Amino acid sequence: MLAHDQDSLKRTPLYDLHMSLGGKMVPFAGYDMPVQYPAGVLKEHVHTRTKAGLFDVSHMGQLALRPKSGNVEDAARALERLVPQDIVAIAAGRQRYAQFTNDDGGILDDLMVANFGDHLFLVVNAACKAEDEAHLRGNLSDACVIEQLADRALIALQGPKAEAVLAKFCADAPAMKFMDAGPHEVAGIKCFVSRSGYTGEDGFEISVPSGDAERLAKMLLENSDVLPIGLGARDSLRLEAGLCLYGHDIDTSTTPVEAALEWSVQKSRRTGGTRAGGFPGAAKILAHFDGGASRRRVGLRAEGRAPVREGALLFANDAGGEPIGQVTSGGFGPSLSAPVAMGYVPTASSALGTKLFAEVRGQRLPLQVAAMPFVKNTYKR
Amino acid sequence: MTTTLYTSDHEWLAIDGDVATVGITDYAQQQLGDVVFVELPKVGRSLKKAEAAAVVESVKAASDVYAPISGEVLEANAELASEPALVNSDAQGKAWFFKIRIADRSELGGLMDEAAYKAHTA
Repeated sequence: MLAHDQDSLKRTPLYDLHMSLGGKMVPFAGYDMPVQYPAGVLKEHVHTRTKAGLFDVSHMGQLALRPKSGNVEDAARALERLVPQDIVAIAAGRQRYAQFTNDDGGILDDLMVANFGDHLFLVVNAACKAEDEAHLRGNLSDACVIEQLADRALIALQGPKAEAVLAKFCADAPAMKFMDAGPHEVAGIKCFVSRSGYTGEDGFEISVPSGDAERLAKMLLENSDVLPIGLGARDSLRLEAGLCLYGHDIDTSTTPVEAALEWSVQKSRRTGGTRAGGFPGAAKILAHFDGGASRRRVGLRAEGRAPVREGALLFANDAGGEPIGQVTSGGFGPSLSAPVAMGYVPTASSALGTKLFAEVRGQRLPLQVAAMPFVKNTYKR
Repeated sequence: MTTTLYTSDHEWLAIDGDVATVGITDYAQQQLGDVVFVELPKVGRSLKKAEAAAVVESVKAASDVYAPISGEVLEANAELASEPALVNSDAQGKAWFFKIRIADRSELGGLMDEAAYKAHTA
């Protein structure tokens, strides 16, 4: 086990709750976070897919972008300078997946952007939140007031029972559809609720004032269908759902096209669109859209039972030759009871069913390029 | 009459004559969490003490299991390939990893008995 200096790690408002629930704490993005609870990663994973799981994701960054003009469309137009997404088209009460790109077309971070009517609400990765805030301040301060919402916790409630559980505390919840987002009262607490998550399951993310976070989490956990879920199962759930983990599956060296995230870039921002380009790295990213990229993120299924993990080199043949790619995330998919992975391969080798080999402990293990998500998502559209 | 000895890397060895049955301890399986895959050494392989002999993988990570002593692999537990979760349910019983012919009995001298191992994990 890794020893870590707990004094230097930050704690979320749910730290005491994690300890009381028997959470096994590990350092993650500068925070002391539960990797699992006594149930263990496998049970936590399956419980989330069959009932409901509660995740503390308070380490993530929450930001408000308030338009100086008072018109939220001006904040949306400003944010479009930094992301290849159509932000103007996000209706009030809706949210969208986006990426901050750099001048080389790489990805600085991925994020969620919600339109709360009079301002935009952003959720960014924990490890990137300081840089993201500086990036926003450095580029959008002419049009927006940027506020880091450091006094809020973030709780995800995910799984087929999430709606029924949340409905007891939030009458608005059942009517929400996938990617709806806005201010709602939960148990009388003024929260921001979105119907989204990072598991492939239907569910919600609830932004709650830090002082009310433990009380709300305990209320949700009182329901027998809800178990606390650690970062271990969060990772296996998102992997089965085919969702990217920043710093692993996407980073400054991958464009959104290489990362197979074309679906997240609306036509209005692509060549010929009404607001084509105008984001960092547009020349390269639009060239990838128009002419194709030389490599692509794909899903990988192993023929055997040995997990193929991050860093494993990919080969075209079972012996010899140079590596053609690398696994960026991989492990065991508890819902499939089989290994699952994702990685980058040459576009010519990215068609579904393409046979490849991963080198694991000196052996070449057979893999096939497979469709993602590996487990069908259950979003309530 | 078998004697069970332990390593500081959380392996157990049941010594029966010149054969040692090797597995990982209950403490080790608790630390690993849910085991989903076990890779075992081939029968006939000659292991040197401290060399990586097997791999045990949980959902999160892969861990090496080192040969606690030198010797030839006589048998590997095929049941673990189809049912890796046995490591969690019966680490020091049905979930033995492999059997090894003891090459050098003097290597046993560096191992712990149960009381010493308990103190080691306390």
